[in-house]
Amino acid sequence: MRPFTKHTGIAAPLDLANVDTDMIIPKQFLKSIKRTGFGKNLFDELRYEDEGQPDQDCTGRPLRKDFVLNQERYQGASVLLARNNFGCGSSREHAPWALDDYGMRSVIAPSFADIFYNNCFKNGLLPIVLTEAEVDQLFKDVEANPGYELTIDLEAQKVISPSGAEFSFEVDAFRKHCLLNGLDDIGLTLQEADAIEAYEEQRMKTAPWLFQARSL
Amino acid sequence: MAGKTLYDKLWDSHLVQQRDDGSALIYIDLQLLHEVTSPQAFEGLRMHGRKPWRLTSSLATPDHNVPTTVEERKSGVNGIADPVSKIQVTTLDDNCDEFGITEFKMTDMRQGIVHVVGPEQGATLPGMTVVCGDSHTSTHGAFGALAHGIGTSEVEHVLATQCLVQKKMKNMLVRVDGKLSPYVTAKDVVLAIIGKIGTAGGTGFAIEFGGEAIQSLSMEGRMTVCNMAIEAGARVGLIAVDQTTIDYVANRPYAPKGDHWKMAVEAWQDLVSDSDAEFDEVVVLNGADIKPQVTWGTSPEMVIAIDQDIPRPEDQADPVTREGYARAWKYMGLEGKKTLADITLDRVFIGSCTNSRIEDLRAAADVVKGRKVAESLKQAIVVPGSGVVKAQAEKEGLDKIFTEAGLEWREPGCSMCLAMNADKLGQGEHCASTSNRNFEGRQGFGGRTHLVSPAMAAAAAIAGHFVDVNELVKQ
Repeated sequence: MRPFTKHTGIAAPLDLANVDTDMIIPKQFLKSIKRTGFGKNLFDELRYEDEGQPDQDCTGRPLRKDFVLNQERYQGASVLLARNNFGCGSSREHAPWALDDYGMRSVIAPSFADIFYNNCFKNGLLPIVLTEAEVDQLFKDVEANPGYELTIDLEAQKVISPSGAEFSFEVDAFRKHCLLNGLDDIGLTLQEADAIEAYEEQRMKTAPWLFQARSL
Repeated sequence: MAGKTLYDKLWDSHLVQQRDDGSALIYIDLQLLHEVTSPQAFEGLRMHGRKPWRLTSSLATPDHNVPTTVEERKSGVNGIADPVSKIQVTTLDDNCDEFGITEFKMTDMRQGIVHVVGPEQGATLPGMTVVCGDSHTSTHGAFGALAHGIGTSEVEHVLATQCLVQKKMKNMLVRVDGKLSPYVTAKDVVLAIIGKIGTAGGTGFAIEFGGEAIQSLSMEGRMTVCNMAIEAGARVGLIAVDQTTIDYVANRPYAPKGDHWKMAVEAWQDLVSDSDAEFDEVVVLNGADIKPQVTWGTSPEMVIAIDQDIPRPEDQADPVTREGYARAWKYMGLEGKKTLADITLDRVFIGSCTNSRIEDLRAAADVVKGRKVAESLKQAIVVPGSGVVKAQAEKEGLDKIFTEAGLEWREPGCSMCLAMNADKLGQGEHCASTSNRNFEGRQGFGGRTHLVSPAMAAAAAIAGHFVDVNELVKQ
């Protein structure tokens, strides 16, 4: 996994609560068996006027001009500002894959849906929870200042505005460690193979039915 | 010291390792796999030269992409007309063959929606941890199992290690007291709960559903309630084990047998929250107050009782809510409409992991029996949750009741719930749907979904618009 340490990039404000994963990446694009290539279909229904198809060349598709990521000033954005309950709905990891493939490195919102939040960390994408008041402030600042960039310092757990204002955020220690170092957590868990085997041995005595081979 | 909740007990019994940083390694007993969220996980295993930790813990079946017409299903995977869908289903078949995982392929009569198949086969058992790359895995919590959806990276993690790195959630009790009125079903109960606590109300919590109204539900009904815990923001929904649970599991193909059965039943008696357990939050509803529910907007929390007026954006005090309602009104085409009955329906969908089990089909058949689908409808389809449900329904003659009333009887799969196959809504079409999500575009580009119970969907199919099923059956 690509590590996340410190990042500075243009912030784009998506002023909508309860953005669900069907909005982030509609179902027709989930038919891919790859992890990459979802960026051009990120927010497909919000972004384009027509219905998108898998494997379609998206250059030349009619754009919804009012959608934030279609506006000139937010081109190249890598920090998404969002509202409450971002990423609700389906568990599709295609949602963080699409954000990542588009070029987003972080999403800042007052709250996230649990599964989406968790999926982000597996893909080098940092979800940041700030208070509603802080997010409100950032929305106002971004909208008032073209080219507004935010710096995210994961080690220090801070979001830093161009004026130097700092917003602290919480992040789980294990997730932070994995993200800072770009660690594959399967490899880490496999280092605990002895503990897993010991658990299984004990469990087999108390609940043997859980380990029975199934007959087809 | 306070007693333990059911969630606490399930957590403790699966704890492999507690770490200093607050995270924990949790053992997973059962992983269900389907074609959409597994290909990249298998690819990851191959890339790292890893093998599944324990083969007997996995069970796979294709469901999201499978076509539901008899014609397309005749020749199994080769009958899938959409080449991209076909690749995905073929990839699941190939991966399961390569790694040695049990799979109910498209031509197997046990194939169906993972969340219908697991419980039906007795693969889902009380006291287990169950995961799947699908948010509706919360369904299995109806068995007193700790079950939740995961992303594809975690699917790979469980395949490789049999564990997940987790942080413990908080405990919420949602108690529904008293008795339910006629034609008020599990679906109405869970929609009413979501209407009360909102789609983020359960975020960070494992929700245990309890109270007389929940206890009186069948296993099918309990699965419907837990299925939609995720629509209230909770990854985990739970219901305590009782005799109803044990009776359902007994004699299922994969259920324990003989001495193991006796041992298991004894262990399962403890799968209830202790009487002195403390919950971080408690929400109480009165079952008798719940009426048949219908969603009007683009989030499951945008839900009202059939006799209520559609709430207007301008009446909302909170600006974010007002904005959200205005957007939903526009998307759903509600301008000039006052009540749910004012909405003309185009299609009706009875199916999905929420409501495609035998009891759901019986409830819908009971309403349409001897009646005819409204001529204004373009289509009404019934999609059983599995081949086993389909066979049972046909044995009971439900298929005939549906087709005689003018509904189409289909082959099992996820179908129009998320429209990854050919079953979808056209732009601007309104659908009465027994599924779980009414998000923009969920059932097709520009499609307008209204979530309801099977009985309410059946009544809507007959009337051509929403109507209280209690009124319709009197006619």
